[in-house]
Amino acid sequence: MTSDVSRQTAAAVAPPTLSIGALLRRPEAGAFLGLVAVLIFFVVFGGIAFLKPAGMASWLNVAANLGVIAIPVGLLMIAGELDISVGAMVPFGAMTVAVISGHYGLPIWIGIAVALSFGVIIGLVNGYMVIRTAVPSLIVTLGSLFAVQGIVLGLTVLITKSTSVALTVEGPAKALFGDFFFGGQLQVMVIWWLLFTAAYVFFVHLSPKGNWIFAMGGDKVSARNAGIPTDRMTILLFVLSSTSAAFVGMCQAILYNSAQVAGGQSFIFNSIISVVVGGVLLTGGFGSVVGIFFGTITFAIVNQGIYYTDFDRNWSALIIGVLLLLAVLMNNTFRKMALSYSPKKK
Amino acid sequence: MTTPILSLNNVSKSFGPIDVLHDISLSLHAGEVLCLLGDNGAGKSTLIKTLSGVHQPTSGTIEMDGAPVRFDNPRMASEKGIATVHQFGGTFPLMSIGRSFFVGVEPTKGWGPFKVYDRKRANEIAVKAVRDFGITRIEDGDRLVGGLSGGERQSLAIARAVHFGARVLILDEPTAALGVKQATHVLRIVNEAKRRGLAVIFITHQVMHAMAVGDHFAVLIRGAIAADFRKGEKTREEITDLMAGGASMASLEAEIEGYMASHDGHPPQMARM
Repeated sequence: MTSDVSRQTAAAVAPPTLSIGALLRRPEAGAFLGLVAVLIFFVVFGGIAFLKPAGMASWLNVAANLGVIAIPVGLLMIAGELDISVGAMVPFGAMTVAVISGHYGLPIWIGIAVALSFGVIIGLVNGYMVIRTAVPSLIVTLGSLFAVQGIVLGLTVLITKSTSVALTVEGPAKALFGDFFFGGQLQVMVIWWLLFTAAYVFFVHLSPKGNWIFAMGGDKVSARNAGIPTDRMTILLFVLSSTSAAFVGMCQAILYNSAQVAGGQSFIFNSIISVVVGGVLLTGGFGSVVGIFFGTITFAIVNQGIYYTDFDRNWSALIIGVLLLLAVLMNNTFRKMALSYSPKKK
Repeated sequence: MTTPILSLNNVSKSFGPIDVLHDISLSLHAGEVLCLLGDNGAGKSTLIKTLSGVHQPTSGTIEMDGAPVRFDNPRMASEKGIATVHQFGGTFPLMSIGRSFFVGVEPTKGWGPFKVYDRKRANEIAVKAVRDFGITRIEDGDRLVGGLSGGERQSLAIARAVHFGARVLILDEPTAALGVKQATHVLRIVNEAKRRGLAVIFITHQVMHAMAVGDHFAVLIRGAIAADFRKGEKTREEITDLMAGGASMASLEAEIEGYMASHDGHPPQMARM
């Protein structure tokens, strides 16, 4: 009897075997299958041109810019919050660096530092308002989305009398943040994206603090009672998302040598789509960084792949819509499988 | 008699003009199960929230091991060893057993900034802790908590509290949402906790469940202790009557008996619920 129990316990702690079932129960399963389906779809209808270097660069650039924002937005969603103010933080970051280093001609590093600090400040404000007022974060960040848009437009016109500001950057800052490499096609953002993704994978899935994010999304009160500093974590995640958005805007201004007050709105929905396609549960508590990574690539391929097919590009929104619905249905199924899973009696 | 692990002396709690608890005095010893009985709205929840640090008493004192204590928040209470387990286990349905067991106190391996969560050890300890409570169906620490049955979730939550050094276990209606078999499971675990020398406060309105594990009973009516007695001092009918506020239950029974007498022994159809 005793040996039987200890054998069962030993079996229980053995590493799970790699089976198709075990893979399907992971949060990124749906995202990965979605990616494969989208790849097959575009190979069938558009040939393999978009998998050749030039084609790959087109969607990798889109994925990189989106992915840097989508991962922190996804982490907020796992923690049960939403941040849509990223749509205003992208032009805010771009315009800050352009006004400081382009219009005023101050050193580029000052522009970069100020742009990123504005990201941190807006993130702190968002996070603080969410934990203090208990107003849903969708509403709080909707407010800051419009407020920041107003600040960007108002200040830019006030300072420069224009809605578009030129910026010329050379030297290491250009190479580091806004240049092309790999035959002049890939943006350096791709490298940042891969670095950030690796760092987030470590933070969320390997470091002990990652557990806290899931616990907060699962049940905030229990998480707080278990001793998790939920307020500090919430603020940290809001700072991450809005600073990441400011970072992307800043890099785009350096890359394209100019900044516009408009634009950036597309990042709101595109990041949410990437995150949901990536298997994150909209109500929190479930998801993975790798899933968001796949979801972002899937979105970028649909977004760019349409140019390599004979379809009118006007149809791409339809494909994205259908893809989103299919992804959500598929993720629901996989989540149910994960919930109902219990090991078979041996 | 030894010093009680936890005692309440004339504790009252009011929210503004509304008095919820009046003059509650109770004491609880290690290895003892106190059943807190009462109808909905009798103040059971307020009482346990006061014990677990969510509310502070308006007047009166709480003592632990004979020394007065004050809990400003749930964290302080749990540091003193008071653990509350709520109806649905208060756990995270989409987290694995190992991860939810160690929420906030994750075991790590590695060094420096590269300390990583030790999944294998967390799963091992969590599964063993639950199995030690007799839930042998749980073998895989990677299973999601949401996939467990209600009784298993309760057991997981109780095992977690005990593992992290709880001395007083507050169980808030642990059997209310469970089927008969699952409830038996939970009651067995309450007995196991008692055997290990924990003091248990068991909140319920199912008298049968209370009778099965309780050593000491307190009936709460409108925020006051209406009765405080030990095992074997009262029958089930007497307790039910007390909970329902005295005579009303007895008169309902008399009514049903009267009906049966006049209908060849058939109980009224509507009595089947």
